[in-house]
Amino acid sequence: MSAQTAGGAAGGENAPVGVVLVSHSGPVADSVATLALGLAGDGVTVPVAGAGGTPDGGLGTSAELITKAARTVDRGAGVAILVDLGSAVLTVKALIAEGDELPEGARLVDAPLVEGAVAAVVAASAGADLDAVAAAAGEAYGYRKE
Amino acid sequence: MLDAAFFVRWMTAAAAVIDREADRLTELDSPIGDADHGKNMQRGFTAVVKTLAAEPPATPGAVLTTAGRQLISSVGGASGPLYGTLLRRAGKVLGEADRVSAEELRSGLAAGVDAVGQLGGSAPGDKTMLDALVPGVTALSASFDAAAEAAGQGALATVPMQARKGRASYLGERSIGHQDPGAASSALLFAALAEVAK
Repeated sequence: MSAQTAGGAAGGENAPVGVVLVSHSGPVADSVATLALGLAGDGVTVPVAGAGGTPDGGLGTSAELITKAARTVDRGAGVAILVDLGSAVLTVKALIAEGDELPEGARLVDAPLVEGAVAAVVAASAGADLDAVAAAAGEAYGYRKE
Repeated sequence: MLDAAFFVRWMTAAAAVIDREADRLTELDSPIGDADHGKNMQRGFTAVVKTLAAEPPATPGAVLTTAGRQLISSVGGASGPLYGTLLRRAGKVLGEADRVSAEELRSGLAAGVDAVGQLGGSAPGDKTMLDALVPGVTALSASFDAAAEAAGQGALATVPMQARKGRASYLGERSIGHQDPGAASSALLFAALAEVAK
């Protein structure tokens, strides 16, 4: 897992929504985080963390890495969690059902991982709240490629 | 009536049978999955047994919720949140009672099975663990042995099905002719239950 943020913003009313990117692969999660921050522009202070693969570096989903990433990016304004597929979806849903595993305001966002991550980070960097970040990420499903 | 020790014995027996059958589960998961089901289940149930041994919970409900939590956090594949949800929901239904009846266990597991269907968005016939869990829980109202038998038959009945959920569903018709590994491991849970009830 890598937590990336340009600002180290403290909590408070204007704190940004945090973004967690869950993939079956550690390199995918971390690279999508880098890509989203890079495309969001200079000086973006949105906390973004990848939670990819298993703790030993294998392919899979780790509840431990996901909860750690969510706590890392939580600034009190909520955490948008984007996932790839299968066990990533189910694990985040199960963690949310647990109630006390993820920070308050953590939400599974229904969005494509890469396109949704860019939309989420851009929206969060513009000061959008969790609802608006989730909506922006979800809208990425509407972008057709042919 | 079944006490916490019975539930710990069940989880321990489940871990042992999964350990014995891990290679078979992984073999079943090779043609239609990503060939890690045996290893994943082994890792999860090893963690369950370790946790239960370190801090034995006082009630049947607590045994199941503790076990479910361990599965969610240690399995690494879809079976973690699915089995974790099954056991946690069942444990919550059993509540804080010191002892529960077989019928209470049945209704707890029935609630757990419903939660699994909701989490995975699946139903019997989709070639998933539900194809063993649903007949197993239904037969539990007769006896533990009947439940083990029904779950085993349910797992075998997944062979001719075409997968509609999970990675196997991407294979379309090529998923036909293979037993679903999740249904197979679900049958093992019922086999372990019948074993400890003897």
